[in-house]
Amino acid sequence: MSTSQTTANGEAILSIRDLNFYYGDFRGLTNVSLDIAKSQVTAFIGPSGCGKSTLLRTFNRMYDLYPGQRAEGQINFHGKNLLDKKQDVNLVRAKIGMVFQKPTPFPMTIYENIAFGVRLYEKLSSSDMDERVEWALRKAAIWEETKNKLQQSGLSLSGGQQQRLCIARTIAVKPEIVLLDEPTSALDPISTAKIEELINELKNEYTIAIVTHNMQQAARISDFTAFMYLGELIEFGNTDKLFVKPTQKQTEDYITGRFG
Amino acid sequence: MSEATTPVDVHAAQVRKFKLQDMFFHQVTLVFAFIVLAALVGILISLAIEAMPVFREFGLGFLWTNVWNVPEDQYGALSAIYGTVVTSVIALIIAVPVSFGIALFLTETCPVWLRRPLGTAIELLAGVPSIIYGIWGLFVFAPLFAEHVQPYLQELVGDTPIISGWFAGPPIGIGILTAGIVLSLMVIPFVASVMRDVFETVPPQLKESAYGVGCTTWEVVTNIVLPYTRVGVIGGIMLGLGRALGETMAVTFVIGNANRIVGSLFAPGTSIASTLANEFGEADPGLHISSLFALGLVLFIITFIVLAISQWLIKRGIAKQGI
Repeated sequence: MSTSQTTANGEAILSIRDLNFYYGDFRGLTNVSLDIAKSQVTAFIGPSGCGKSTLLRTFNRMYDLYPGQRAEGQINFHGKNLLDKKQDVNLVRAKIGMVFQKPTPFPMTIYENIAFGVRLYEKLSSSDMDERVEWALRKAAIWEETKNKLQQSGLSLSGGQQQRLCIARTIAVKPEIVLLDEPTSALDPISTAKIEELINELKNEYTIAIVTHNMQQAARISDFTAFMYLGELIEFGNTDKLFVKPTQKQTEDYITGRFG
Repeated sequence: MSEATTPVDVHAAQVRKFKLQDMFFHQVTLVFAFIVLAALVGILISLAIEAMPVFREFGLGFLWTNVWNVPEDQYGALSAIYGTVVTSVIALIIAVPVSFGIALFLTETCPVWLRRPLGTAIELLAGVPSIIYGIWGLFVFAPLFAEHVQPYLQELVGDTPIISGWFAGPPIGIGILTAGIVLSLMVIPFVASVMRDVFETVPPQLKESAYGVGCTTWEVVTNIVLPYTRVGVIGGIMLGLGRALGETMAVTFVIGNANRIVGSLFAPGTSIASTLANEFGEADPGLHISSLFALGLVLFIITFIVLAISQWLIKRGIAKQGI
């Protein structure tokens, strides 16, 4: 495996070393090592079941919720191993936010959807909170559509709007890393374009890791791309290079659509 | 020509047959549904007719008169209504938090291997006949309660105004509080299993998103799971309340069956259902029987009101969510 373990430029915010992941007895990830570069977009591609979402879910310890799932190895974040049992998972999840495949607005108003997460960690006055909510909604490019109905239920929005609300909710907590697990696969092309635009703007301030089934999307929005297959990291490098001149045969077969 | 039309005719015949079948099916299901309605209305009407003499004699004052004197043929429902409502409220005050805890443990924090046995045990508890709860309450729980809990409770509240009145009187074991506690045990399995079922309907992704912004389990439960399942939770509580209001045998065993109202929860009292169970067998025709029917009618109406309130709460909950 010629997995280039260092990124071409910039510093690594997450460095994953020899990560193995188990669903009970089944090994879902095998010896994955890579660096996620700060303030860059890293995309994970590969066929279904290759472990991309599994990998993403180790970054914020989401697997902790499910008995029988465990990870071994190292994910270093600011010099600490995230997989350490002593690590406070709630703090990790506030620093490493996640947006899911299907929009999941909380059963509360649009305003509360944003304020809820912020309130867990910060005590803001109501005017500061108003400001924060507006800031997050603006960042997620959904302020104009929601500013007159902040007191309505988050469920009253359309699917694409709900997904942007979820992104707003995630960045409102001011995380360092945003994990996106196929954020556009349930959306129409126009909503998808809006979210891709959003990712492009967000990467100045946040590090983004995105799992996608759509290779064009990975090529359009990411700086680095990782190709995974059967729980292994096959190739990782500059997006431009990986798509134009992959070094591995499997990568080439996959991106050219010859994969069986 | 005939060859061409034959298949069409066959088809038409089939369609006619299906139509007939459908109509028949429709009528039959309609009849079944109407049987339920007819039974309900029938019970209501017969209760009302039998209760008429009492209301003619005492008027609506029957509902708020605190007297139950069989030899002098003076009847009032207040003490029975009081006992029914107070025991049910005590049962809910105990059962709701406990059931909530059970349901949360089962859905959120329980190790997988324990989930099934524990869930089954709770469902089995719901299947225990109420007379067994009654026997257990009278012969096991009440003596223990009288000996170990009641004196301690009295000592605890001391001379606190108002509250000390609730726990006044001799610690004899049976009484309103005991009935409420036994009722709560009977209600818990119902409320807990409904709550567990509705908690399980929360999409895992929704919970994951909440964990994803850094929530603890408690925060996820109070902010996501409960609002999402509010309607179902209210439904479960009302189901429990309905059962508590109408429970007969277990309450008859432990409530003490005294037709009076005493402020203390330690004092014996009576409930509508237990009065009916106790007195129907030896009631003389006339006002006594009629007043028992009137009590039945009152219980019916209380249950109906509880159901109506729960429906209203549920509707209001949905409207508030703005779905």
